[in-house]
Amino acid sequence: MKKTQVAIIGAGPAGLAAAIEVARAGGEVTLLDENHKPGGQLFKQIHKFFGSREHRAGTRGFRIGEKLLEDTEKLGVKVLLDSPVYSIFKDFVIGYISDGREKAIQAERIILATGASENALAFPGCTLPGVMGAGAAQTMINVHRVLPGKKIIMVGSGNVGLIVSYQLLQAGADVIALIEAAAEIGGYGVHASKIRRAGVPIYTSYTIQEVIGKNSVEGAVIVGLDEKWKPIKGTEKLIEADTVCIAVGLSPLAELAWLAGCEFAFVPSLGGHVPKHDRNMETTIKGLYAAGDLTGIEEASSAMEEGRLAGIACAESLGLYSKEEARDLKEKVWARLNTLRTGPFGKKRRDAKDKLIEMMEGGADIG
Amino acid sequence: MAKGIKKTGVPSWEELKSSPGLPDADRLEEGPVAFIECVQEIPCNPCETVCPFGAIEVGSPITNLPKLYGEKCTGCGLCVAACPGLAIFKVHKNYTNTTSLVEFPFEYHPLPKTGETVRCVNREGKFVVEGKVVKIRNSKQFDATALVTVEVPKKYFLEVRSIERKR
Amino acid sequence: MRVKHHPILGEDKRKENVTIVVDGKKIKAIEGEPIAAALMAAGIRVFRKTPKKNQPRGVFCAIGRCTDCVMTVNGIPNVRTCVTLVEDGMVIETQKGLGKWRESR
Repeated sequence: MKKTQVAIIGAGPAGLAAAIEVARAGGEVTLLDENHKPGGQLFKQIHKFFGSREHRAGTRGFRIGEKLLEDTEKLGVKVLLDSPVYSIFKDFVIGYISDGREKAIQAERIILATGASENALAFPGCTLPGVMGAGAAQTMINVHRVLPGKKIIMVGSGNVGLIVSYQLLQAGADVIALIEAAAEIGGYGVHASKIRRAGVPIYTSYTIQEVIGKNSVEGAVIVGLDEKWKPIKGTEKLIEADTVCIAVGLSPLAELAWLAGCEFAFVPSLGGHVPKHDRNMETTIKGLYAAGDLTGIEEASSAMEEGRLAGIACAESLGLYSKEEARDLKEKVWARLNTLRTGPFGKKRRDAKDKLIEMMEGGADIG
Repeated sequence: MAKGIKKTGVPSWEELKSSPGLPDADRLEEGPVAFIECVQEIPCNPCETVCPFGAIEVGSPITNLPKLYGEKCTGCGLCVAACPGLAIFKVHKNYTNTTSLVEFPFEYHPLPKTGETVRCVNREGKFVVEGKVVKIRNSKQFDATALVTVEVPKKYFLEVRSIERKR
Repeated sequence: MRVKHHPILGEDKRKENVTIVVDGKKIKAIEGEPIAAALMAAGIRVFRKTPKKNQPRGVFCAIGRCTDCVMTVNGIPNVRTCVTLVEDGMVIETQKGLGKWRESR
């Protein structure tokens, strides 16, 4: 059987950052990804990132992706593409498919960076072609350069809904309406302001009642909600549209962590069931680390920092760094992570993350 | 009707006036100056790091709202291109006796042309007045965030914040 | 439709250089793009019909997770079109229900 020192599953921002850290420490890394290309969802992020200089703020996401790929290549990280991992067996044997065949690779350490997938929303007509995830539309316009439609309704005002609305405009579509069931806009005001200046109306306290169409979306009925989130009769509006994008959050892709036997915690503010982990991003299984959206939905900048943490800790456990070296490196990453998790938007995530880590330190069976 | 950035996506005048990023009335009279419409504490400080004159301070934590030191601001506009939120503008109130200049970030295709008459819009995307494009800056450093400057009647310099997107 | 010009990404210089056959109709596509992208560019939205109620389905997640966009490709049913790249001469069919394996295979 093939062997590797560190196997990293998922070549998105967290996995790439983790790979770079392990390789930089002198570790031997195999990075597995199910896609044809590495980068995960970074290459559809065409906006400039927030943060500070050390987070590469002001740089567009796909350029950060290009840099990560360049670094992984320079450091000699082995990347297995088109290789979906289907399970993790005893003794860290990883089962994956390549060229239509089952293959296996055994690792001394594993870092899971499997990311997240978009949530769906149930309403009459939600299965009609033309109803799609906002991230799906973003992939189509920014990666494949194809518009899913011309007149678009966006459902959800978190940063994904706001940013994808803006990017749909940039790709040449019209966003007819953005609707949000809550009374207030969920994402950053500056993202909302951008699409308002471009003439996109934002309906807060509105939800989608149904989508109409024979073979694909032809329109949607939206309806106002009262303080108890009950539809208000008479507020229905029929809006003509050919596409309805759903941006109602993401859920961690945690299947492999489940299969590996990780203990989980249910943390709604992090997107649902997430594997418990400590400050080293190590799960309840010794030698198995997790990073990025899998451990709680945030954004690419924090996913990369978590990947770095996991990579450094993993290298430390292999003796590639001394305790002191690792401590200094990890402290720097934690400082950057905490910076991203401040302010009214970040604090909630920081609190949830702190609690998750406490759970582990409280009564966990570490080692 | 409810107002404010959380409700409408448009910062209200109250929110703008109570944020530290706006130049004071005297500074507005003196020449081109940055006009920072950042009213929420998000972790972000490229405006501070890009300013060569130390005219913008975010400090620590980086969720602080950016503070503009009007006396240090030369109106170079680098922050307008650097702001990932596209929330900084440059205004030159007394460009002529009757007109002002407003510079704003613009990331749509196609760009307008210098000299072109364009339909200027406010923060809600509503048509305000026709204006003339007097300058377009699109340097490599800005990474595809073009800066468009329009000349508009003076009374609209606090209102005009973009132009209609062409389709 | 294709996004030819883009303010951030610039002009898309790729050419439609392969031909695929969708339900018997020839369609131009770009080598290396997923089937779903080529179909979307051609304005095709219905990718399959459900087994019981014969309802239309199309692209939902576009990253290979939800399997809503599966079609019959070169006689093989249930192929995720959002992560399967087009090849010249590929034969693609709207999938009815769970699909059928082509007899000859």
